[in-house]
Amino acid sequence: MSLEAVPALPPMVRLEGVSKTYRRGTVEVPVLEAVNLTIDTGAFEAFMGPSGSGKSTLLNLISGLDRPTTGVVEVAGRNLAELNDRELSDWRAAHVGFVFQLYNLIPVLTAAENVELPLLLTPLSRAERRRHVAAALELVGLSHRVGHRPPQMSGGEQQRVAIARAIVTDPDLIIADEPTGDLDRKAAEAVLDLFGVLHRDLHKTLVMVTHDPHAAERAGRVHHLEKGVLQ
Amino acid sequence: MVPLYYNARSLWARRLSTSLTVLGLGLVVFVFSAVLMLANGIESALASGGDPANAVILRKGATSELVSGVERDAVRILATDRAVASGPDGAPLVAGELVVLVALPRGGGQAMNTTTRGVEPESFTARPEVRLVSGRKPRPGTNEVVLGKALVGSSPDATLGGELRFAQQRWPVVGVFEARAGAFESELWADATRLGGAFSRPAYSSALVRLGSAAAMADFVKRVEEDPRFTLEAKPEPTYWADQASGLATFIRVLGLFVSLVFSVGAVLGAMITMYSQVATRIAELGMLRAVGFRRRSVLASVVVESVMLGAAGGILGALGALTTRWIHVRTLNFQTFSEVTFGFTPTPAILLGAVLFGTVMGLIGGLLPALRAARLSILDALRA
Ligand SMILES: Nc1ncnc2c1ncn2[C@@H]1O[C@H](COP(=O)(O)OP(=O)(O)O)[C@@H](O)[C@H]1O
Repeated sequence: MSLEAVPALPPMVRLEGVSKTYRRGTVEVPVLEAVNLTIDTGAFEAFMGPSGSGKSTLLNLISGLDRPTTGVVEVAGRNLAELNDRELSDWRAAHVGFVFQLYNLIPVLTAAENVELPLLLTPLSRAERRRHVAAALELVGLSHRVGHRPPQMSGGEQQRVAIARAIVTDPDLIIADEPTGDLDRKAAEAVLDLFGVLHRDLHKTLVMVTHDPHAAERAGRVHHLEKGVLQ
Repeated sequence: MVPLYYNARSLWARRLSTSLTVLGLGLVVFVFSAVLMLANGIESALASGGDPANAVILRKGATSELVSGVERDAVRILATDRAVASGPDGAPLVAGELVVLVALPRGGGQAMNTTTRGVEPESFTARPEVRLVSGRKPRPGTNEVVLGKALVGSSPDATLGGELRFAQQRWPVVGVFEARAGAFESELWADATRLGGAFSRPAYSSALVRLGSAAAMADFVKRVEEDPRFTLEAKPEPTYWADQASGLATFIRVLGLFVSLVFSVGAVLGAMITMYSQVATRIAELGMLRAVGFRRRSVLASVVVESVMLGAAGGILGALGALTTRWIHVRTLNFQTFSEVTFGFTPTPAILLGAVLFGTVMGLIGGLLPALRAARLSILDALRA
């Protein structure tokens, strides 16, 4: 079997001439300027840069939470400008898993119920949902915590529940904004190890924003942003 | 759909504000359902009197016995109708009756208008639901009276063995009767001729005619209507009493619904404030839901549903609270007959269902604006919160 026989997969993310400007009163604040970027399917890439350099803004454009002022954002073969607000919601549900800095779990729901949330947007039956939730929690090593609620868990555990929630729908792309920003060294390593598993064993495409050089080390490629310009 | 247990547990997580809101909603629903139960109670108190085989004869167009007049001759003519039943003694079961209002002292210098019915022996025979609970029937041709059960104790001398004074005469109480909780229980019964004499009223107010069967009623009503010898009309007794009740009951209903409506504004505002603060404290959660793909519409529905839960809980609480009024009895003036009536709060499944629905609708309305706000949130702003 030769490598050449494997057809080259199209890139997961393609940004072309993307810029983003926020309006603050009468002043226009440019946040991203003429960004061109390609992220291959199955890649694990990180974005670094000082605060306010536009990392989160870039991530929000890639994940379909925000729209560019100019330029084209194409993710998983889809030009996101073609989708209206509602279609974009459905698209995110189908294609993107989110990991936030502050986990964003719902405190009144158990770990299993939190993980199940994105599955409620799929046509899966209750039994199938339960199976997927169990598998995702198993993967992040929290099978023994299914019935616990976030306030009863450590920050590291909560972030692993959030990762289980991000992968439970088997999305093409996992987006992580400062996933280790609120964790101690040990918990951060556990989270990064999990990202390694998602990348190597499950062939997920991961895009991560981080301040943490240890975290960036794990990525296959690190992009630097400086005042809205990709270096 | 955002799962319902998320809403239920979020409400539970803020138990204090949740229970205060439910209490406010419940209070309004309580007023709402208690008033409807009261109107219902009035109707059944006044309308439960009456036998479908009995006809009440009034002057054409008269709305109540008080403003009606029936000549003694007319009563004799009615007694010859073929549909009229006969009593045990073979005499036709027809009674001329005279209704007057008598002011009995209530204590404290106040007086109480009491419907006083001049009756004939057939009045008792034709109304088997009227049964003596103590004492005996008045002897015809005397001033002896019997009291409806509800009147006992309402005036210092209104007891068995007491002696009432009105129209410059003495009226000894020789018995107390009940009438299946109907309007008669709020009446004083005396001899028709003696009462007519005391009040200088030669004619009757009404006549009671007992028919052989209720089936003969329709034809009898028609014959009375068309009889050229008098201008009277006949009504089945239950219809007559229902008509008497409807005026007061409708008044109470309209007043009660108006009051509930005014109060409901406050309860709706309470629900709205609670839901606004629920949305405000859960902005990050709502932002996450939107990010992972829940549509604006789902978030909107979720907040509305949560508010509806509050409303339904208030509705159930209010309805249950209203059920406790079953043990309360009220005495008031029926301004259609200007007499005192006693009644209770009578619940029906429709009232209880309506109460829960009313609470639910208040919750729904209170939730609309907070839900709109939640649905309009920018995902990025919400996630940053
Ligand atoms: N909604 C917004 N309105 C106005 N300015 C914004 C908005 N979002 C971000 N910005 C500005 O854009 C710049 C880049 O923000 P961000 O992408 O969050 O940077 P980073 O993630 O690198 O810290 C900042 O100066 C920030 O103040």
